[in-house]
Amino acid sequence: MSEVIVKMEGISKAFAGIKALDNVQIELRKGEIHALMGENGAGKSTLMKIMTGVYTKDEGSMYLLDEESKELKLTEMKSPLMAQKLGLSMVFQELNLLENMNIGENIFIGREPVGTGTIVDKKVLDERAREELAKVKLDVDPNTTVSTLSCGQKQCVEIAKALSFDARVVVFDEPTASLSETESQTLFEIIQELKEKGVCIVYISHRMEEVFELADRITVFRNGTYIDTVEASDVSEADLIKMMIGRDLEEGKKQGSEYVNKAKTVLSVKNITVFPNASPVSFDLHEKEILGLFGLVGAGRTELSRVIFGIDPIGEGEIYIQGNKVHITCPRDAINAGIGLVPEDRKGLGLILGMSIKDNMLISKLGQLKSWILNKKILKDITGTYISDLGIVLRDEDQEVKELSGGNQQKVVIAKWLAMTPDILIMDEPTRGIDVGAKSEIYTLMRKLTEAGKSIIMISSEMAEVQKVSDRVIVMHEGSITGELSIEEATKNNIMQAAFGGIKA
Amino acid sequence: MNEKKKLDLSSFRELLLIGVVILLCIIWTAMNSQFISMNNITNILRQGSYTAIAAVGMTMVIIIGEIDLSAGSLVCASGLVGAMVCKSTNNVVLAVVAAMLVGVVVGGSNGVLCAVGKLPGFIATLASMTVLRGLAYIVTEGNSVVWTNDAFTKIGTGYVGIVPIPVIIMVIVIIFGVFLTTKLRFGRYIYAVGGNMEASRWSGIAVVKVKIIVYMIMGILTSIAGLIVVARLGSGQPSAGQNFEMDCITAAVVGGTSMSGGRGKILGTVVGVLLLTVLTNGMTLVGINTYWQQVFKGVIIVVSVLADTHTKKS
Repeated sequence: MSEVIVKMEGISKAFAGIKALDNVQIELRKGEIHALMGENGAGKSTLMKIMTGVYTKDEGSMYLLDEESKELKLTEMKSPLMAQKLGLSMVFQELNLLENMNIGENIFIGREPVGTGTIVDKKVLDERAREELAKVKLDVDPNTTVSTLSCGQKQCVEIAKALSFDARVVVFDEPTASLSETESQTLFEIIQELKEKGVCIVYISHRMEEVFELADRITVFRNGTYIDTVEASDVSEADLIKMMIGRDLEEGKKQGSEYVNKAKTVLSVKNITVFPNASPVSFDLHEKEILGLFGLVGAGRTELSRVIFGIDPIGEGEIYIQGNKVHITCPRDAINAGIGLVPEDRKGLGLILGMSIKDNMLISKLGQLKSWILNKKILKDITGTYISDLGIVLRDEDQEVKELSGGNQQKVVIAKWLAMTPDILIMDEPTRGIDVGAKSEIYTLMRKLTEAGKSIIMISSEMAEVQKVSDRVIVMHEGSITGELSIEEATKNNIMQAAFGGIKA
Repeated sequence: MNEKKKLDLSSFRELLLIGVVILLCIIWTAMNSQFISMNNITNILRQGSYTAIAAVGMTMVIIIGEIDLSAGSLVCASGLVGAMVCKSTNNVVLAVVAAMLVGVVVGGSNGVLCAVGKLPGFIATLASMTVLRGLAYIVTEGNSVVWTNDAFTKIGTGYVGIVPIPVIIMVIVIIFGVFLTTKLRFGRYIYAVGGNMEASRWSGIAVVKVKIIVYMIMGILTSIAGLIVVARLGSGQPSAGQNFEMDCITAAVVGGTSMSGGRGKILGTVVGVLLLTVLTNGMTLVGINTYWQQVFKGVIIVVSVLADTHTKKS
């Protein structure tokens, strides 16, 4: 058995009186990839933030391997900087880079190599930044401003920064959430290399495939408590899910196609140009259908939805709803035409984080009500209905929405649109960053909605999700539709081929 | 029980501020018994009235995540227009309407510059502040404007029973502000736009319209304040209303409005005005010189915002 680098025992932490962690433990070994799994709010990130000094623990003890004496020493982690100096780094879910500074400056911020006096030695900084970038296979000039990088590149910079501290433990929190397939593969290679060098990798992810591809051991948390640590080779996916949610996962119905009313087209999109040089996009959406819109990152799916929803100008394109041409120039027009949009960026575009759950659910609905004056009772009826229908877990509907877990936040966004009773719902990455339990609830909900007569366009980057939920799949590549597949044709192979531009539409 | 807990939390800040106001009152009364006289209390309310009226608007502007620096110049400009119209036509209604029209136009153009022109509110209103002040001197050639109509003067100095007219106007404006921000759908829009402008747009709120309307409300309320100020002074002065916008902003901030938008309460601002007015009035009464008064005001701002961030964390 390889050496233990970090050992944490009896860790508890509460936020505003609510226990986020209750007497949990973890043991990290040299050269292992250790996956942390659990539903959102299970305490994975919190524990790692305690380890890396972002939060302070309420109770418990943490032991850290002393490289000289080869013994575990009780350590009080006081700050992220202290953790970094001790070789514990974390690559955050939300990237923490200074967008307006260049790559080198970002990597060495706060500890720039100094030349004469206190002047930063540009040359040394450059050189060292290049070395660090080579480790993460990022072939970009360190003088490049961070804001010009792609999401995957930014992540590499973040990793390079973590590594530059001679990290012994690197924590990845949902690293592939915003990466394309190829970028993810590069990341996995980097992770494997780190492992070979004896670095311990902590990998927090909701994606089963990745966890099984990478992890040596898996620790599962549920509701802030420690469940178990297992060897990845000893468990199945179903076992893990059971451990995470404490019950068997209810599978969404795989074939919903029987409900789809192919005779009726609710939305018809014609000749929308997504990217200047791409051939324009046209497609139909049928009644009671879930249309999966797949594509790699940058395929133009979100851009397409923005045009349909009136955020971006439509140009030469046309939109028909129930056969009638509509002119959509702003979101309000789209809403009036019966379209709702659950955006990918839940926190930035879907919610007003500082407002209450109630206000977030009602903010669009208010415009539809006749009265200018708010009627508490009517509003309470509306929010009450959706809170119970969607099973939103909350303390109080006046609670700020930012206090909710990702899954519950997403339900609030969905509730906001359901309150508008739209005929068409566009859902952009509806389960991104949401735990397994809430995911399946959202799938069930989508199915229920279509059975009730609504039609859904689901934009997704998750192959499994597209295959499982859609009635029909459209694949985009570089701003154009490169494949339209019935659910029977939508094999992984066919979808991927189209996503790489292989099949002619 | 849940209901009670919530109530305590949300009104905690206002209660604390009211506590400070009462404490101050006790201190001033102990130092000078004149402070608690009916005469002085009326005086305090009247002093606070015009600041409170504009501060109600300022609170809304700050909640949408903007600022209005032109309030002081607008108080001056609208007052001047009122005074000039009153002087030339001797018609009070016309004078009031003209002054408020100035408020609508200035507020509206601030709003358009900010929402349509995409200028930061700070810049847009900094410009209109400068322009209006300049115009005030050009039009008056630096002289004061005097009228003869007694009814116009009454706006600032009159009473209904024992209550000064400005105080009555203030109460109406406060009720309007509270009603708008808490009971009307437009109020929700104000908080939404300030909380997250993009998400508001994606939710179907006409963000541009909301911003323009809020600036227009601010303009109208400021012009009402301007009428009261000019009527109290007895003449239109091109130098009137200097730093007035800062008083409004101070009151809002002391009252718990967040400068980053999305958060704040009209009643908080009202208590803020009360606190600052009691402070100034008391200090003057016990003979603290104006320079020290400014120092204390500054300290109050720091202490209140510090207390605010501190209580939010716990």
